[in-house]
Amino acid sequence: MNDQVVDPGRRRLLTIATAGIGAVGVAFAAAPFIASWEPSARAKALGAPVDVDASKLEVGQMLKVVWRGQPVYVVRRGPAVLTDIAAHDSQLADPQSLDSVQPEYIKASGDVRARNPDYWIGLAVCTHLGCSPLGAFEPHNASQVAGVDLGASWPGGFYCPCHGSRYDISGRVFKGQPAPKNLTVPSYTISADAKITIGVDDVAKTA
Amino acid sequence: MAAAPDSVGGTSPGGFIGWIDQRFPLTKLWREQVSEYYAPKNFNFWYYFGVLSIVVLVNQLVTGIFLTMNYKPSAAEAFGSVEYIMRDLDWGWLIRYMHSTGASAFFIVVYLHMFRALLYGSYRKPRELLWIFGCIIYLLLMAEAFMGYVLPWGNMSFWGAQVITSLFGSLPIIGGSLVEWIRGDFVIADATLNRFFALHVAALPLALVFLVMAHLMALHEVGSNNPDGIEIKKLKGPDGHPLDGIPFHPYYTVKDLAGIAAFLALFAAVIFFAPTFFGVFLEEANFEPANPLQTPPHIAPVWYFTPFYAMLRAVPSFAGTQVWGVLVMGAAIVVLFFLPWLDRSPVKSIRYKGPIYKIALAIFSVSFVILGVCGLKPPSGIYPLLAKICTGLYFAFFLLMPWYTKIDSVKPVPERVTGHA
Repeated sequence: MNDQVVDPGRRRLLTIATAGIGAVGVAFAAAPFIASWEPSARAKALGAPVDVDASKLEVGQMLKVVWRGQPVYVVRRGPAVLTDIAAHDSQLADPQSLDSVQPEYIKASGDVRARNPDYWIGLAVCTHLGCSPLGAFEPHNASQVAGVDLGASWPGGFYCPCHGSRYDISGRVFKGQPAPKNLTVPSYTISADAKITIGVDDVAKTA
Repeated sequence: MAAAPDSVGGTSPGGFIGWIDQRFPLTKLWREQVSEYYAPKNFNFWYYFGVLSIVVLVNQLVTGIFLTMNYKPSAAEAFGSVEYIMRDLDWGWLIRYMHSTGASAFFIVVYLHMFRALLYGSYRKPRELLWIFGCIIYLLLMAEAFMGYVLPWGNMSFWGAQVITSLFGSLPIIGGSLVEWIRGDFVIADATLNRFFALHVAALPLALVFLVMAHLMALHEVGSNNPDGIEIKKLKGPDGHPLDGIPFHPYYTVKDLAGIAAFLALFAAVIFFAPTFFGVFLEEANFEPANPLQTPPHIAPVWYFTPFYAMLRAVPSFAGTQVWGVLVMGAAIVVLFFLPWLDRSPVKSIRYKGPIYKIALAIFSVSFVILGVCGLKPPSGIYPLLAKICTGLYFAFFLLMPWYTKIDSVKPVPERVTGHA
């Protein structure tokens, strides 16, 4: 074999093969570093259900609780907003919550989006970019959020201060808002005396 | 040691410098990059902002290093440690305000530096790569500033981080898991703060410094543009140096020192008399600790992000996703990279461009400022409409450029740079 003659094709093949194997090595070496950015075992463990006693809540009042590090609203609703809850369906982006995130029994509950229509429970995380919407529960009160005109036909609901998304009292987003979906409703159970457990679908499973 | 000829053509000094030159190209580098780097002699006021951004970069690096000596990157301690720096640490307030004011100063000088490029066509051939390096620096600077704003762990830090990381969640399919990966938790949490700290103080500054070096190397390879937008290298004297060029040192080092002195006077005035700059440089909501249950009543990023933030808000969601606003905001940055190929004018500088480009640049600049104001204001009243119009004008400036720069009239470009002889 004449080792004085360079075979360029062979040399190119060897160069490409070496670079290719090297790239595979880099990819394998990178995997642990990329995986280290995933939520840790400790972060995952902090997802336990949360108990809330909403029995002392008056109409128009709201409780904020933390579940999995996220704020959850519990709102006591009165007949003033509930009787008209279906009246503004035509102004909503997703009135029947078909494209929104919630358990099946919430979707089945239609306009009220609740297991007990008097209490609305949902994540206080705007589906636009994750801000916490403000409560603006009084119907036809246009000025209950500082600096914002909600309009005389405001049916009562939520207003997100970050980008102005508006939701009704069931967390259903109005048309033409930055937010694409209704507020997410987590799994929960509610007893006759308004004892709520967030993060589970039915009482039997918690026992 | 005897003086020996070197590769630059002159002679190396003897003594200590000579000893170094035989082992490291010190004199060679100095000559090539500074004392024999010929820059056009007609630089004007707009040419201060490049060197000023280096001054601010050094300020950020030095003050940043000293801040890390007392800052604690954990959700439990971060806010308190910043208050400790401000109240109990000797001169801590000065170091911290130099850093926070420096962030805003950085964007002021960088925006003016970029505007200079728009005025004089500094992005045109052969400076495309120089411009692209600059765009990457700008992009990294935004990431650096965003992560830095999270570190004090005030309420605006928290909610700003919540909003910006949520942007990634709007991407189809991978969005949800991507956001969790970035945050290291299901919400903005201790893990997020800790990794942002690592990126802010180590990874991104390192990348920035390397890119600034690449930016300068590309600049010194092709040579500086000038207000007339003509290549001074085309006309060289018998000594081989451009007829319209003067050595960077001492001519521009001295000029730049005057500019730096004026800049530092203004910089110091802000640090001493208006360090929060009326809630624009440091927002009021950030003087209370992060509260995951309470979004500030009005959330707005720091002023240098607000034009892009206004674009984000201007686009409504449709087809069940808000990804469109995110895409528009991303496109507003990406379009900058293509600028060298969008401008089809036969001349570089605005001095010889026609009225159409002048009007277009004026409309673009005003739109950008209006977008900045819209991003600071709540999304109600006239602002959403204004933001929509100005977003359209912003993109029109770039996307229509291939046509309007072609039909625009131009004036004849002189052979030599104009102005004082």
